[in-house]
Amino acid sequence: MSQVPADLRYAKSHEWVRNLPDGSVEIGITDHAQHALGDLVFVELPEVGRALEAGAACAVVESVKAASDVYSPVSGTVLAVNEALAGTPELINQECYGRGWMMRVQPAAGSAAELLGADAYTAELAAIGG
Amino acid sequence: MSDLKPAEKLIFEYSRPGRGATAQHPPAPTNAASDDLPAAFRRRTPPRLPEVSELDAVRHFTRLSQLNFAIDTHFYPLGSCTMKYNPKACNQYAMLPEFLARHPLAPATHGQGFLECMFELQEMLKEVTGMRAVSLNPMAGAHGEFAGVAMIRAYHAARGDHARNEIIVPEAAHGTNPATATMCGCIVKEIPVDAQGDVDLDALAKAVGPNTAGIMLTNPSTLGVFERKIREVAKLVHGVGGLLYYDGANLNAILGKVRPGDMGFDVIHMNLHKTFSTPHGGGGPGAGAVGVSARLEPFLPVPIVGRDAQGYRWLSERDRPQSIGRLSAFMGNAGVLLRAYIYMRMLGREGMGRVGEYATLNANYLLARLRAAGFDLAYPERRASHEFIVTVKRQAKEFNVTAMDFAKRLLDFGFHAPTTYFPLLVPECLLIEPTETESRETLDAFVEAMIAILGEAERDAAQVKGAPYTMPVRRLDDVRAAKQLDLAWKPVESPA
Repeated sequence: MSQVPADLRYAKSHEWVRNLPDGSVEIGITDHAQHALGDLVFVELPEVGRALEAGAACAVVESVKAASDVYSPVSGTVLAVNEALAGTPELINQECYGRGWMMRVQPAAGSAAELLGADAYTAELAAIGG
Repeated sequence: MSDLKPAEKLIFEYSRPGRGATAQHPPAPTNAASDDLPAAFRRRTPPRLPEVSELDAVRHFTRLSQLNFAIDTHFYPLGSCTMKYNPKACNQYAMLPEFLARHPLAPATHGQGFLECMFELQEMLKEVTGMRAVSLNPMAGAHGEFAGVAMIRAYHAARGDHARNEIIVPEAAHGTNPATATMCGCIVKEIPVDAQGDVDLDALAKAVGPNTAGIMLTNPSTLGVFERKIREVAKLVHGVGGLLYYDGANLNAILGKVRPGDMGFDVIHMNLHKTFSTPHGGGGPGAGAVGVSARLEPFLPVPIVGRDAQGYRWLSERDRPQSIGRLSAFMGNAGVLLRAYIYMRMLGREGMGRVGEYATLNANYLLARLRAAGFDLAYPERRASHEFIVTVKRQAKEFNVTAMDFAKRLLDFGFHAPTTYFPLLVPECLLIEPTETESRETLDAFVEAMIAILGEAERDAAQVKGAPYTMPVRRLDDVRAAKQLDLAWKPVESPA
């Protein structure tokens, strides 16, 4: 079974969101997503300062099987990206909820309202057979 | 992986200074051409070419050819690629000296035979696809796609309709379509398909509007099923002023049976190297002829072959001032076009229909036998078109044997792998396209191999996961190959 940490929130398109103490959020892709993609060989991250729109493509992950867009789970502004992924994209395969984080974003007010809790995301995964 | 020896050395590794094959030397160059090059652009050192004996060269290239996994040696059910047999007669006639020695700048009066072939090819493609006009100019499938979307943009621009910059792409479209739309400066809007594999009409209705330039579809879709709502799709898109683009990737399934023009498409590209059987996939260049409805005809790429009282002639920018221009210097890949022409002439009108019939029959036969053998189908309630999707998601979960493992093990059984992990929306999938040129015995042998691998997966997964065992190289490290590129051979000791 895929890991779904209880303290995070999730988008149906398999991104996770962690609230940070300063009001910003950390974003990455879920264990289900990294497993479905397979071994990652390349990650393209947005520029710091870029405005993101919830549901729109904000990054690209490329594995030995496929290249896929990552959809921003919130609207907001990119504060920082995980530079380590440029040289070691496999961090996402190894620790997708930890060292494999992708970006920190200052979310626009209310833009995270539609995200799922861990239980709802687990149910979503069960529905698609994941 | 380092313990494996390369199957054949590079020809440079056979090289010894001064060795050669005098009898095979070309005539000495006159240097007349290079005399015109400015001195700054001429090389100062001779190129590093291998120096080998005639026997070394013959053995090297014969061994390389024996490593090839090709349609002439193996069943090649690579979904979406239509790896059908390429009849030798097509090659034989296209190699006639009258074709080969023709100079592309020779006046039209000196090449009436060639022009007639190209004109008739245009006419046959129009007839079999139901389009108003055809240009043979694009030199590959992606090139044809580019021409198609460029014509859609030119059409809207000519009407002063400049806001239309969105191309709708269903997730069952051909994989290259989003890239083509982006390349042409459009914004891609992806829409989902429903559980049966048809376009989600509600999502389409929400996606279309005053910015819609068009929609890119393939029918049958990349899911290996016929898009049953195509008329509704056409009505919705045309209703808002958009155009319909048909990707010819899967034309083989409907050849001689259903015509894209009759389904409401405005522009289509045809992969002559798939449907019309010219060599491809490392075996030869492609040809991506485009066909259009009446309203797009003025924008077709030139040259096109026309006919008047004096005979056949090239139609150029003078005849077609609104053309999107030239996509190749002369007439596309002329030799490939000739092979496709000969193939179509050999088939004739009735033969075209049999292509569609047997491509579909072979796919449905394989589908039925694999289902009976215990494989899961991605769309079990749908009939296959010319291809279908098996998903080994269950086997991946139960035995940890993935689609890639099945694909690699098939090589040991003497079969090229089907397309794996595409389309993206079906997990652990194998997209299988047998084509019409395979016998029932070959199809049965493929099924037996799949059954044998399934048995291995249940009893001894490690056997499958370690495959292939009989190829020049074992399982490659895809991640390392992508990250540590090894692109250029360097000599052990560099020459002085």
